[in-house]
Amino acid sequence: MTIAAKFEIEYLQYLDAEGKQVRDDLPEFAKDLGHMVELYKLMLSTRVFDAKSIALQRTGKLGTYASCLGHEAAHVGIGSAMRPEDVYAPSYREYGAQLYRGVQPREVYMYWGGDERGNDYQKEPARHDFAWSVPIATQCLHAAGSALAFKIRGEKRVAVATIGDGGSSKGDFYGAINMAGARELPLVIAIVNNQWAISVPRKIQSGAQTLAQKGIAAGLYSIQVDGNDIIAVRKAMEDALERARNGQGGSVLELVTYRLGDHTTADDARRYRGKDEVDEAWAKEPMKRLKHWLVAKGVWDDAKEEAWKAECDDWMDNEVNAYLETKTQPVTAMFDYIFAEVPADLAKQRDYVLSLENKAH
Amino acid sequence: MAQITLIEAVTQALAYEMAHDPSVVVLGEDVGVNGGVFRATQGLQEKFGEWRVIDTPLDEMTIAGVTVGMAVQGMKPVAEAQFEGFIYPMMEHIACHAARMRNRTRGRLTVPAVWRAPWGGGIRAPEHHSEANEHLFTNIPGLRVVLPSSPARAYGLLLAAIRDPDPVIFFEPKRIYRQYKEEVPDDGEALPLDVCFVLRDGTDVTIVSWGAQVKEALEAADALAAEGISAEVIDVATLTPLDFDTIAESVQKTGRCVIVHEAPKTAGFGAEIAARVAEECLYDLLAPVERVTGFDTHIPLFRLEMKYLPSVERVVDAAKRTLAAS
Repeated sequence: MTIAAKFEIEYLQYLDAEGKQVRDDLPEFAKDLGHMVELYKLMLSTRVFDAKSIALQRTGKLGTYASCLGHEAAHVGIGSAMRPEDVYAPSYREYGAQLYRGVQPREVYMYWGGDERGNDYQKEPARHDFAWSVPIATQCLHAAGSALAFKIRGEKRVAVATIGDGGSSKGDFYGAINMAGARELPLVIAIVNNQWAISVPRKIQSGAQTLAQKGIAAGLYSIQVDGNDIIAVRKAMEDALERARNGQGGSVLELVTYRLGDHTTADDARRYRGKDEVDEAWAKEPMKRLKHWLVAKGVWDDAKEEAWKAECDDWMDNEVNAYLETKTQPVTAMFDYIFAEVPADLAKQRDYVLSLENKAH
Repeated sequence: MAQITLIEAVTQALAYEMAHDPSVVVLGEDVGVNGGVFRATQGLQEKFGEWRVIDTPLDEMTIAGVTVGMAVQGMKPVAEAQFEGFIYPMMEHIACHAARMRNRTRGRLTVPAVWRAPWGGGIRAPEHHSEANEHLFTNIPGLRVVLPSSPARAYGLLLAAIRDPDPVIFFEPKRIYRQYKEEVPDDGEALPLDVCFVLRDGTDVTIVSWGAQVKEALEAADALAAEGISAEVIDVATLTPLDFDTIAESVQKTGRCVIVHEAPKTAGFGAEIAARVAEECLYDLLAPVERVTGFDTHIPLFRLEMKYLPSVERVVDAAKRTLAAS
């Protein structure tokens, strides 16, 4: 038999579910325990933020919200590996990455609370990132286009997109990796495989043994990573970003994790998955293992954890208050961003709405 | 000065803007070495290189999504859909992202991109190569939908489309790509995207059209003139945002309105113009508004396509009906 081509997919993990180090060659960033504590703290604040968001939704102060519970290592790993000048194109639950890049919790609340200004991220580098992309996987092509722009202009920047396991079924994902392979674009796509696309499980999403191997077909560097191990996620991201920055082309990372919560607050996951499966996933969740590892290193303890949680609570309360105090936009706002300038024909409709508003007051 | 065709005017506008603005890039299937299947991008890759005239993989969705991404990064991509009938895989990126990005982000991110597509029937082409589907875009807020009807307007409107800070759908009437030549100075002068063009003054009836069908509208006006009927002809050119004032002014003068387009009748853009005439000019009307359009069928394969497209005769008949009514 003649083999035309041969491939393999590496699986990367440093910390197992118990926080035991499974390999000795720790990457440089992980030897800096102060930095690892910072990453842990951001993962924890992301979890506090997420719980606060759900509480807001349950009390009628937020619209539908997509939780990130269980994705903290994947998201913080992605955000912390990127450089400020890179561009991030998320889907709609990657708060851990976005908080790292300067998105403020109040902006997340505003978006899910029905106000477009939540997408007008005020702080860099988030300010030059894409907003949340609700149509599945479309952001992959926006990232590919960004990467093409960087390549044309000779900028050493990388575009990063995240999608889910379901998103990797879409043409936009295939189109993006195909374009990146064909043109050696500085594009990194992280498939955050959380096992569930609303109610559809990973096994009937694709017959591929791994989702990472889809990248092989496009000629990209591809790897599967324990998405609950932030050291592995961060390391794989750093490698992929460096390759892209050095002109070695794009990558596909499959970050294997689990969606511990419902798809959104409008979903009830008990309809389609059993408690045993979720319990098993909780045993592998990302916070516990990193905490064990940091405690064993002597740089973290319960007292520090409680103190940080209290700080996070204060931070989130402050953000929630800022959100709740934000006045609704004037009704004319729906007209003012359709074009750079309001066209004359549209201005007539704007004037009409304004007249209704003035009559009401 | 050289006389050029409509398609040469497209090439001339692209070349001018690429030479004057390094952020302008062209991308699509076969736009590079081959110069486009209609030769709209002929010679551009030689002049500007393969990273500014980009042959993409054969995937319209990819072209559209990559265009959005490039535009958000401050480039001015001009994407080509090889035919209007192949634009459907692009629509999600056009409707859900290009048209919404400014609004979604309150102006933080914008998409200053152009989607060009050869448009319309009458060239004896295979299935899916002869559609008139502009009305599917005119209902999407945040898009400009532009259809030139002459070499000079193709040049000036395409320059304006590329320079516009928002997304533009630029449909090129392929039936008249090479139909005639006119002088088009390569002076970089753009035409406005917010006006209709009054191509012929008249007093008895207003004929409103766009794209290739403007030719039939003008020929009908000639035929009517021979019978002593004075027709005003308006080329809408930019369908949305619509300059209805120019149309209203004309209809108020003539009292009669005939709308001519090759897309299907029901919910075609003519329906919008007829509705606006009813809303704003009803008491000026001396006769019911007439629409001369394609039918609510798929455009037939080419043996029958000329029976589908509005003919000069149908336009003349419609105009005469409006005159017979009063």
